[in-house]
Amino acid sequence: MDLIWEGLEQAIKLYAGSDPELWQITWLTLKVSGMGTLVSALIGVPLGTYLGLKGFRAFKFLNFLAISFINTGMGLPPVVVGLWVSLLLWRSGPLGALNLIYTPAAIVIAQAVIATPLVTGITLAAVKQVDPKLRLQILALGASRWQYLLTVYREARLGILAAVIAGFGGVVSEVGAASMVGGNVKGDTRVLTTAIMLQVSRGEFPLAIALSLILLSLAFTITFILTVFQQRKKEDIDAHE
Amino acid sequence: MDKKLTKVSIIFLTVMLLIFNFGCAAEKQGAPKELILATTTSTRDSGLLDELVPMFESKTGYDVKTIAVGTGNALAMGRRGDADVLFVHAPSAEQELVEEGVGINYELVMHNDFIIVGPPGDPAGIRGLSTAPEAFSKIKNSPSLFVSRGDDSGTHKKEKSIWEEAGIQPGGNYQETGSGMGETLSIASEKGAYTLTDRATYLRNREHLNLDILVEGDPLLLNIYHVMQVNPERFSRVNGPGGEAFVEFMVSPEVQRKIGDFGVQEFGQPLFFPDAGKKMEDLLKIN
Repeated sequence: MDLIWEGLEQAIKLYAGSDPELWQITWLTLKVSGMGTLVSALIGVPLGTYLGLKGFRAFKFLNFLAISFINTGMGLPPVVVGLWVSLLLWRSGPLGALNLIYTPAAIVIAQAVIATPLVTGITLAAVKQVDPKLRLQILALGASRWQYLLTVYREARLGILAAVIAGFGGVVSEVGAASMVGGNVKGDTRVLTTAIMLQVSRGEFPLAIALSLILLSLAFTITFILTVFQQRKKEDIDAHE
Repeated sequence: MDKKLTKVSIIFLTVMLLIFNFGCAAEKQGAPKELILATTTSTRDSGLLDELVPMFESKTGYDVKTIAVGTGNALAMGRRGDADVLFVHAPSAEQELVEEGVGINYELVMHNDFIIVGPPGDPAGIRGLSTAPEAFSKIKNSPSLFVSRGDDSGTHKKEKSIWEEAGIQPGGNYQETGSGMGETLSIASEKGAYTLTDRATYLRNREHLNLDILVEGDPLLLNIYHVMQVNPERFSRVNGPGGEAFVEFMVSPEVQRKIGDFGVQEFGQPLFFPDAGKKMEDLLKIN
């Protein structure tokens, strides 16, 4: 119990004081996870839309196969991703010449791989839930492809935002891939989760507790902002109805 | 559908460009003089490298990426050319790397020692024994638990060699954590178990642990650290000059003095003993 109080005390001190390393780590975490989420959204939302609305219509089996891959990918263990991205990026690996291993970019790549199936899968479910009759009606009204997509997205935006929230939550909290491909290098690739892991292995529990609270607040703040956005949109829709 | 395909490919290209830009930005800051140091968790967890690495960076301008893994893993990184310089503590495994011609410029840096720790009540009755194998066999024959790192680290390699010396196969009351030293100590403490640890990590964690030092001083328990660079002639991407500079730095009188002073203020005793220029045989004799 003492340890927990000590940790809370240290957290308050860390928040109040301006430890440059702490802010650097927090900022890097935000940047890397934000970037990873952005990349996964840019890939996952169009891919999910395609699979949900169109898919390989002529080859139903292929579609099932693709969706099954995505659904399995939603539970992709970060350490597995970390291992494979490491194998590719190591100097001795096929992409070694890029010199990306142990850089923030390597973490972004790994996190994008982790989050893309999440975003794709949830987007897919969201666009599928849009009433097919509505979709037909839009087309019947002579909408262009873009107008059609826009309408579908307007209907599915709650789900798509949920997809992005899930993606961000997935990457900001993972430690396995970040430590493997990033190397937890001080001042360079140390993010909040790997910093916590390090402090635990050093036995610096108060500092670990303090860092964990910062990570939780960060995750909460971002999710809160996205949720406010999401729920406000929902009220809009409700008001229209 | 073609239109959408075009859209998807444009997005994909944008994404790739973004990743690439991010990569370059990260690279510009450090790449030309980047040095990958593969080392053990114990040197990092003790805090020694946090003091030495910035010193080396400001002195030479290299940007050091310290990757702390088990010694087995660090040696494997060297063997693949994925690291430039190694700072490790498993002499017999290191020797193999040197013989293969992968490790060059192999230098003795420092030592400290391993200790056997366990619950203060000492149910296996090993307190004060003078040899480690004797203590291990007593633990094995008691109902008490022994917790092992089980991660092919230098500490784990040392532990295995002690079991071998004692001529017993660990099992039954034996568990592997697969974690670093700090975590393994926590687990041993929570379970009231015995474990083998390096002294530095134990001292740093002591206040959170319900573990006493029970056996120490056996020459077998010496924990010897060497530095070596990875042969740049073997791997085109290995930073030869950087590795050489790091080896030179670690055995320089200034750094050797720093190593000897490290931890004295906080723990009242040094965590490591500088040994540059000595021979390993001499170390084993003194103790």
